[in-house]
Amino acid sequence: MGPLEQSPLHRSDAGDEMRLVARIRAGDQQAMSELYDRYAKVVYAVSLRVLQDAAAAEDVLQDVFLQLWRNPDAFDASRGSLAAWLAVISRHRAIDRLRKRRPEVDIEDCVIAGGPDLRDETERALVIEKVRVVLAEMNPDQRKVLELAFFQGLTHTEIAEKTGEPLGTIKTRIRSGLQQLRAKFAG
Amino acid sequence: MKTHEQFADDLAVYALDELTGVERQELEDHLQSCAACRRELHALRGDLGLLGLTSSGPQPPARSKDRLMRAIAAEPRGVSLPDPAPALRRSLWAILVPTLAALGLLLFVVVLWRGNGLMKDQLAELGNRNQDQSIQLEQMNQELRLLTSPDAVHVSLNPQKAPKQPNGTAIFSPSQKGMMFMASNLGPVPEGKAYELWIIPSTGAPIAAGVFKPDDHGNAIMMDHKMPEGVEAKAFAITIENQEGSDKPTSPIVLMGAVS
Repeated sequence: MGPLEQSPLHRSDAGDEMRLVARIRAGDQQAMSELYDRYAKVVYAVSLRVLQDAAAAEDVLQDVFLQLWRNPDAFDASRGSLAAWLAVISRHRAIDRLRKRRPEVDIEDCVIAGGPDLRDETERALVIEKVRVVLAEMNPDQRKVLELAFFQGLTHTEIAEKTGEPLGTIKTRIRSGLQQLRAKFAG
Repeated sequence: MKTHEQFADDLAVYALDELTGVERQELEDHLQSCAACRRELHALRGDLGLLGLTSSGPQPPARSKDRLMRAIAAEPRGVSLPDPAPALRRSLWAILVPTLAALGLLLFVVVLWRGNGLMKDQLAELGNRNQDQSIQLEQMNQELRLLTSPDAVHVSLNPQKAPKQPNGTAIFSPSQKGMMFMASNLGPVPEGKAYELWIIPSTGAPIAAGVFKPDDHGNAIMMDHKMPEGVEAKAFAITIENQEGSDKPTSPIVLMGAVS
């Protein structure tokens, strides 16, 4: 399989995303079904990677889509990618579940912006491959910090204890690692 | 307090929802007023989204979609809702409008009731202040009547032997049945001692008229004292006595003045 076939986004069309969200906002259940078909794998993959538990990841999948159905205005289609937004929301909800805590970030407050244009399905697949390349080429310590923070849900304090690095260094590595990803798509 | 630049690293941790406590509060306060940091936060979330999209794995179980669609069907809304019959809409309005009106009225009554309670408290406070001021005014009036009474007698008390030339003035009024005493340049009294004022009557033994201690500058004043009825004062004097007061003078006279 090539990278495009592996992408969970290969069925989406440019511009279709905003129309889909608009239909959901209008209460169209069929639109929600289409959205699920398009992005369920993204949400499930992030949740499963964080939780390492299929049943728990399935619960997060339900929770994320149900929240979007209840409050479609939480996502601002004019500012960022729905795929990226769902990935972030899924990660937050999975971490909440991992720590057995109430959701701390309201989906309305999770504003997302910038980054490459992900509306086109082919472009999205290319972007994901590019991000994977950036991660592979990244300093191993920096990549490890990002993975521990995002996918394993370790706090910066826990990462500092685990790696033996100063707290400030961990914070800086998280920020600069994310900015390295962004830099690849700048200009 | 952190500077703008010092929040840079915290932004990424906040985007991960891992910033807690004081650091979180400080950053949230800063974000309220810093558009640049808000833009960076949104961009960092976009970066996190890219990171999340690199996850790959199996398709979710087929039952998940059925479960979701059932849940959504149980929460219909918007255009997918069947259009309610006009009669039903009218009946809904018929219920909704009076209910909202009643709730509004209830809210209005609660606001009025609370406002009334606050006003009552303020009125009670004003009443108390008014009472205090009335008492103070009455005391001042009594002192003024004493001072301006036609039969008020001013008696100057002069030093007998003291080198600092202390002096005192007694003012009394038989009609007002009151007296005042003021003194200055008085020397300090020993521990446990105080000055005692004496009314020297025309006949009989001196009558104790109160004890007092001067301030650090040697000044003293006694106000609102009663003048014993039926006593014809021929002089006033002060001596140093025990601070509890004495029935009769036991020490040399410090100041003395005759009623002219």
